Amino acid sequence: MASIEGTILDFKRLDQLATGGTSLHKIDARAKVLVTIVFLLSVVSFDRYALTALFPFFLYPTVVLALGNLPVDYFVKKVALFLPFALAVGMLNPLFDREMMVRLGPFDISGGWVSCASIVVRAILTISAALLLVGVTGFPEICRALERLGVPQTFAVQLLFLYRYIFVLTEEGARSSRARELRSFGGKGLGIKSFGSLVGHLLLRTWMRADRIHMAMLARGFTGEFRARQTSRFGGRELLFLLGWSTLFIVLRLRNVSRLLGSLVTGAPP
Amino acid sequence: MHMADALLSPAVGGTMWAASSGTIAYCSAKVRKELDDRKVPLMGVLGAFLFAAQMINFSIPGTGSSGHLGGGLLLTILLGPHAAFLTIASVLVVQALFFADGGLLALGCNIFNLGFFPAFVAYPYIYKKIAGERPEPARIPVAAIVAAVAGLQLGAFAVVLETVSSGITSLPFSTFVVLMQPIHLAIGIVEGVVTAAVVSFVYKARPEIVQGSAEARPIGNHPVRNVLLAFLAAAVLTGGVVSWFASGDPDGLEWAIAKATEKEAWKGPEHGTHGMLTALQEKIAFLPDYSFRKRAEAKGARANPEEEGKPLGDAKEEKGGKLGTSVSGIVGGLITLVLVFLAGFLLKRRSQAA
Repeated sequence: MASIEGTILDFKRLDQLATGGTSLHKIDARAKVLVTIVFLLSVVSFDRYALTALFPFFLYPTVVLALGNLPVDYFVKKVALFLPFALAVGMLNPLFDREMMVRLGPFDISGGWVSCASIVVRAILTISAALLLVGVTGFPEICRALERLGVPQTFAVQLLFLYRYIFVLTEEGARSSRARELRSFGGKGLGIKSFGSLVGHLLLRTWMRADRIHMAMLARGFTGEFRARQTSRFGGRELLFLLGWSTLFIVLRLRNVSRLLGSLVTGAPP
Repeated sequence: MHMADALLSPAVGGTMWAASSGTIAYCSAKVRKELDDRKVPLMGVLGAFLFAAQMINFSIPGTGSSGHLGGGLLLTILLGPHAAFLTIASVLVVQALFFADGGLLALGCNIFNLGFFPAFVAYPYIYKKIAGERPEPARIPVAAIVAAVAGLQLGAFAVVLETVSSGITSLPFSTFVVLMQPIHLAIGIVEGVVTAAVVSFVYKARPEIVQGSAEARPIGNHPVRNVLLAFLAAAVLTGGVVSWFASGDPDGLEWAIAKATEKEAWKGPEHGTHGMLTALQEKIAFLPDYSFRKRAEAKGARANPEEEGKPLGDAKEEKGGKLGTSVSGIVGGLITLVLVFLAGFLLKRRSQAA
């Protein structure tokens, strides 16, 4: 497992990608959130043996990655980290689903292997869609978009608050954790007892911090909502973005483009 | 215990989304009504605290492995069910977006599994009953362990139900249950011990934190019943809408057509539908030498006499037929991938040059 500091750095890097200034970054967050939802629904609504029909969906993450000018290797690495998990879950399918489904020359491939591959492809697509949404939008913008899409204000405020203090508290946690590791020896002193008081102290400090924050907020006239300058609106560009991608996803969901292409090349009837 | 999008069907994902958003809306209204705006920063900062606490590992005695805090029960003990549910949900949103822990569609499931059970079942019905209205330090460990185990068992069972009813994995229900429950029994015990350690520590240092939330709930209120009602209404509504939409896709349509032809309610060759049926038949009949086609014929006992050999009633055969099971499907898939990445590469070059 990566160190806490490593995780925080990784987190910060994804967070900072959202400060980019490409045309994709400038689109209103609501459009991007909605397109991501349509994308996810299209991908997961395929039946469990769908495999080649999923391939055209790679177009969306690829285009976002390119137009958003995001670091490819970073996202590939991040998605790759989750593949062992997807594979572990998918690997159970070949054990239970042994019915032969595809014959490729001398090889018989069972339905289980096909659905296992399908799970892995789904995982790649869905994970990258979520990460890319953050990469081109940024968490605060997503929260504001959610609020304007109807999420209860209390929850939206909670998300923004959480986000604002994650960096502060994870760094504090990382420091405490390192201090404990430095004082332990051969696994001694890393048990539940020391964890209990370590986290308990962290909790007490957090609690006092919340009190201070509350007083500071009251001093600045907090009435229960965060006010933010409206920087973007849902205009023609957003509508085009939303409708264009959504139409494409629905067409790709209903037509297997891979097979059409393949039949063009091999001459088999579509 | 985070569920992933890859294993979820839209109907299950949508239903759980509705359930969780309903509960979030209910809790938001409740927290707003409490008029204790001190809770607003407290919830936010405690969410961030949970994040930090989850990153700190502890070694589990006797196993050589290490674990980390889940924290659902801990937050509920500190904040009370409504505020805790919102806080847990917000942590899960951040995890889904930044760490791809679980997916966006699975978020509804995860919020429900990891938030609802500790906050609205384990805490009011187990923890509070054992620990008492005014928690006694000696009872806190027992209460925390039993409540944590119960919450995680329920959560794990919900994961099983959601995954199996999605039907993406082939894992049978019984095997999955046997895999999940014992693992989460162990996880639950550890979670309970850790929660007890933290709560006991806080109780010693500042007892009013632990007691305050236990007393805060007004008497004669039945949060669980209200939440369950809201959840049921939302789930039934969305489940209905989602499955209605889902049946609009070709699989459902074919099934409906098959049903209709069986009952002979299907009248006349309407052009659109008939054309679609023929197209479907062609799809299924391509490359007839391959095995699935023969199997399809053999199994197509309920086939429509007009569309000979077409296995209308057999969903799996339909799926087998739809998959690009031939060379052309695989070749086409590879070409698609190459095209997609080529397009991305060119776009990237252009945007870098600009």
